[in-house]
Amino acid sequence: MRLILDIAVTHLVHRKRQTLVSVLGVAMGVGFFIGMAAMMQGFQRYFVAKTIDVSPHIIIKDEYRTPPPQPVEQYYRAGAIRLLNVQPRDERRGIKNGMAVVDAIARQPDVAVAPTLAGQIFLRYGTKDVSATLYGIEPEKERRVTYLEQDLVAGSLNGLYTTANGIILGSGLADKVGAATGDTLSIISPAGVILKMKVVGVFRSGVTAKDNYESFALLKKAQILQDRANVVNQIRIRLRDINQAAALARSLETRYGYRTESWEETNKNVLGIFVIQNGIMYSTVSAILIVAAFGIFNIITTVIHEKERDIAILKSIGFEEGAIRGIFLLEGAVVGVVGTLIGWALGYGLTELLASVRFNVEGFVKTEGFVLYYTFRHYLIAGLFAMIASLVASYLPARKAAAVNPVDIIRGGA
Amino acid sequence: MAEPVLIEARDVSRILPGPVPVTLVRDINLTVRRGEFIAIVGPSGSGKSSLLYLLGLLDAPTRGAVYLEGANTTELNREQQAQMRLTRLGFVFQFHFLLHEFTTLGNVTIPLRKRGGQNEIKIEQRARALLAELGMEEYADRLPEQLSGGQRQRVAVARALANNPAIILADEPTGNLDSKNAQQVFDIFKRLAEHNGQTVIVVTHEAHLARQTHRRIRLIDGRIAEDS
Repeated sequence: MRLILDIAVTHLVHRKRQTLVSVLGVAMGVGFFIGMAAMMQGFQRYFVAKTIDVSPHIIIKDEYRTPPPQPVEQYYRAGAIRLLNVQPRDERRGIKNGMAVVDAIARQPDVAVAPTLAGQIFLRYGTKDVSATLYGIEPEKERRVTYLEQDLVAGSLNGLYTTANGIILGSGLADKVGAATGDTLSIISPAGVILKMKVVGVFRSGVTAKDNYESFALLKKAQILQDRANVVNQIRIRLRDINQAAALARSLETRYGYRTESWEETNKNVLGIFVIQNGIMYSTVSAILIVAAFGIFNIITTVIHEKERDIAILKSIGFEEGAIRGIFLLEGAVVGVVGTLIGWALGYGLTELLASVRFNVEGFVKTEGFVLYYTFRHYLIAGLFAMIASLVASYLPARKAAAVNPVDIIRGGA
Repeated sequence: MAEPVLIEARDVSRILPGPVPVTLVRDINLTVRRGEFIAIVGPSGSGKSSLLYLLGLLDAPTRGAVYLEGANTTELNREQQAQMRLTRLGFVFQFHFLLHEFTTLGNVTIPLRKRGGQNEIKIEQRARALLAELGMEEYADRLPEQLSGGQRQRVAVARALANNPAIILADEPTGNLDSKNAQQVFDIFKRLAEHNGQTVIVVTHEAHLARQTHRRIRLIDGRIAEDS
């Protein structure tokens, strides 16, 4: 094995320029993969942490996915029935027996539940009128379902209990309206109710849509403001195992009939974008590695062409076909290993460089630079990709080398 | 008492397939004993080198069989044939065929390292001893391109002798050498046969060199025309 490695390395060392180009090709593929993966997965994980992890895993809403079937349709299931101008019943909005549903769900293991009444409001402070969404919550239950308490940058969640008519604002919303903790605002609901509410906290989640448009008050206050006594229109659920969300959502929807969304369904569009993003990343890196593989194929094919005479003499000495094949496969492997090692260093440098870049972005989420995710898995995947590309690229010429007939070459002479 | 038979060719023919098949050698029957120094002679295209490659397991007969130390080589697989070339046979060609990137010493150690079973120090000692025997010790660290034609051929001989083969097969080994160097190489072969008991089969078309061997086999049109 040592001899075969010596011969392989000697071949590569004597073709410094070609070897360098091949090694750099592999290194760039590996390095860019690590950099891109750190950046993309970093953003994805940050986004998930900021939007999905802090949000409830399941939300039951006071609406139906499909309109309830008409009695005639239920009775004549196979009948040719066409109903025209069906008017939906003017129901009182809200989840029927909402608190009983909350209690029933709360009895399941590894589940935290919080009732909510969500509705539109106007905040008036001085000359400013700003529209927002107000969530009526029960703080004791809310703190087990969302990260609102952790996101507070001023005040406290308990302030809702200790202050009459307390309200918590998103940081963007507070800026827009120009209010801070301790200020009293006028809150106007579409039902025409006006309440004076005191700001008892400001939260910053990093998700622009939340920070700019959301506010929280006690459930009872929200019900008064919306003139919907004892009504909840959302039930928010958090699970110990996030992967159970889809199954539980389906079962709850079947049981209660209300539209029940798991976090996957709520964020379907974004998760779809992540799949496309990952696809682009893997395609780009694969393209780089394919080019690198062609480089390896080229160098080994050239070496074999130039070294046919040596292959013949090695065979006459007693090298088996497997040993000859091994020499050229090892050449590919050496290029792959050296390229991977350099690529790892390049990838590490690239991620450090990206981490040092500072800029402010406020879109879906707010960041002050690239959010990077460091993991050995990226290094392993990149190395594995590179080694497979290198070995595949060297296998075909290696097989050709092993098949060289020494007599044909020796007869040809010098 | 007669020396043991090392090589035996029984009705060996080699025909290259194609639209017009080409017969390289036909119906060769030959017995070679230990310690013989044999020259295969004949005009160009008479099948001298083809016969040598068949005896050296670099090529396989179309008909008949080559027996090496009693074993029918046509029944061996390619790995076994390679192992036999490594341990029992040594080749020297008209062109030295040294590996350019390896030093003189490196070239001689390749068969030893391939065979294995010895540590690096022993391998180097053996290679240096062979080079010393052939007057090449001081060139051990030189690359082939830094040697003359005669020196390169001596290194090729040292490499062929590395695993102490029972049989040395040389295909026009003096074809590219001047008369002085050619004679030196022939003297080495003669010494190997007479003092070491190794069998040496040399293909040559130089009559004065062939006359120095113990036995001459003349081929004409792929057949043995004379064996004396």
